Amino acid sequence: MTTPALEVHKLNQWFEKGTPNENHALKNIELTLQPGEFVTIIGGNGAGKSTLLNSVAGSLQVTQGQIKIAGKDVTYQSVAKRANLISRVFQDPRSGTAPLLTVKENLALALKRGAWRNFWRKGVRREDLALMKAKLASLNLGLEDRLDTDIGLLSGGQRQAITLLMATINLPELLLLDEHTAALDPATSATVMALTQQIVSAQNITTLMITHNMQDALKYGTRLIMLDHGRIVVDLPQEKKQGLTIPDLLDLFKEQSGEELNDDAVLLS
Amino acid sequence: MDILTSNISTGFLWAIMAIGVYLTFRILDIADMTAEGSFPLGAAITAHSLVSGVGPLAATLLGFCGGALAGLVSGLLHTKLKIPDLLTGILTMTGLYSVNLFVMKAANLSLLADVKTVFTMVNVGDATLTTIVIGLLILLIVIGLLVLFFNTEMGLAARAVGNNQAMAAANGINNDNMKIIVYMLSNGLIALSGSLMAQTNGYADVSMGIGTLVIALSAIIIAEILVRNVTFGQRLLMIIVGAVIYRLIIAGVLQLGVDPNYLRLFYALMLVLFLALPLVEKEVKKARERAANKREMNN
Repeated sequence: MTTPALEVHKLNQWFEKGTPNENHALKNIELTLQPGEFVTIIGGNGAGKSTLLNSVAGSLQVTQGQIKIAGKDVTYQSVAKRANLISRVFQDPRSGTAPLLTVKENLALALKRGAWRNFWRKGVRREDLALMKAKLASLNLGLEDRLDTDIGLLSGGQRQAITLLMATINLPELLLLDEHTAALDPATSATVMALTQQIVSAQNITTLMITHNMQDALKYGTRLIMLDHGRIVVDLPQEKKQGLTIPDLLDLFKEQSGEELNDDAVLLS
Repeated sequence: MDILTSNISTGFLWAIMAIGVYLTFRILDIADMTAEGSFPLGAAITAHSLVSGVGPLAATLLGFCGGALAGLVSGLLHTKLKIPDLLTGILTMTGLYSVNLFVMKAANLSLLADVKTVFTMVNVGDATLTTIVIGLLILLIVIGLLVLFFNTEMGLAARAVGNNQAMAAANGINNDNMKIIVYMLSNGLIALSGSLMAQTNGYADVSMGIGTLVIALSAIIIAEILVRNVTFGQRLLMIIVGAVIYRLIIAGVLQLGVDPNYLRLFYALMLVLFLALPLVEKEVKKARERAANKREMNN
């Protein structure tokens, strides 16, 4: 049996526990991802999508439960510590890159993700430039000629595409996509989504993608999960997910959770 | 002529300090008050070492290391105890006042004329000229090493931390460690400047650090007003120009007969002016646009 890429066991998250504002954001989540699975997670506001993702990423300390990545217990590891296993693309295109550093400097940082950084070796090595150029060219955005441009001068879509590249230039055990196209305009969003599909499937990367977009959740990935009030209410494998339409998904949600999906952002997208 | 050269040499020493402040101020976005304590610390350690018979190079290096230690303390307070950056600087600075008195055993420590300093090790003939040449040499070495460091794997990581901490962490960079390294480098350089200042002036004084941060920030901002959008190395070189210009402005003011007791008030007012300049520039531009628009509408 292969080691699962991600194991989330009995995960509970509380916010402001013991106060009148107590919020039990995740309730006994059990989730296992096999290597190569591309899981899309959908749910309304407050369903717990981001809480789940932040728990796996390490930016939110776990109240109860255990998280393992590629068999290693990372429950109490810092974000930086588990970076050798996980890479992440944020919702805000500004979050994934360092704006005052050039494209090649950002890529060089990503090439050393999770590794020890020396103070005697050059940050940007000449022998890596060819790889950087080839990877940038594969994005088809004309970025291969802009290695020396400060990333802050690029558009949101370009930055997000580069962040995606940075997250996958060294293969992670798990790729986290945090509504990474939500802040982009529709056309750019489609481009970045297509790139995501291309990169993830070409390298068979285990991926957890949060999305507000039901169409994307159905179209992409090999498994679909719906969260509601901190619980997994729908978990569809590839066979069942294929051919499903948005109305089907809404019916399924109502059947499982006993209420209508109540998030405009999800419904309108 | 002699006044000009002596002011340029002081400007060079200020430039080392300004470059140190630049590291925390622009790379970490922290105005680190530790500077006010690490500057006299470098002076105190070097003066004490020289008087005790340590060689000038070693004494200067010890001054640098003392400053780096002060930076380590501030770095730890800020990152591990999460004390806000401004308060961290004030705490270390206050503590260092006592440390400096302890090192010197007095408020003031003079270097006798026969004590060799880095500036009297070689003799070019003219004392001020020697100071300028050696000051510039040290500056160029410092800038060269900094440019090299900030282009290494670790240096890139440190710059990323100042730019975007979430991104740095997601790429496996320990934000705390990088901040501590920058704190140490920064205060090491500030102490180096203090050490050299003590060697040119011939004494170390416990109060010589007052105004350090304001002087350094002024030099940095003059450099940034002069040229925008340059590389890291070019920026550091411009800080030399900024520091010298600032020193010459101060010298001019003194020349006009202003009482040296009012100098620090003048330092502060100058920095206020430099900080306000971009805003004034913007307001003037807006006022012009308004006036032009009014004329247009009335026609």
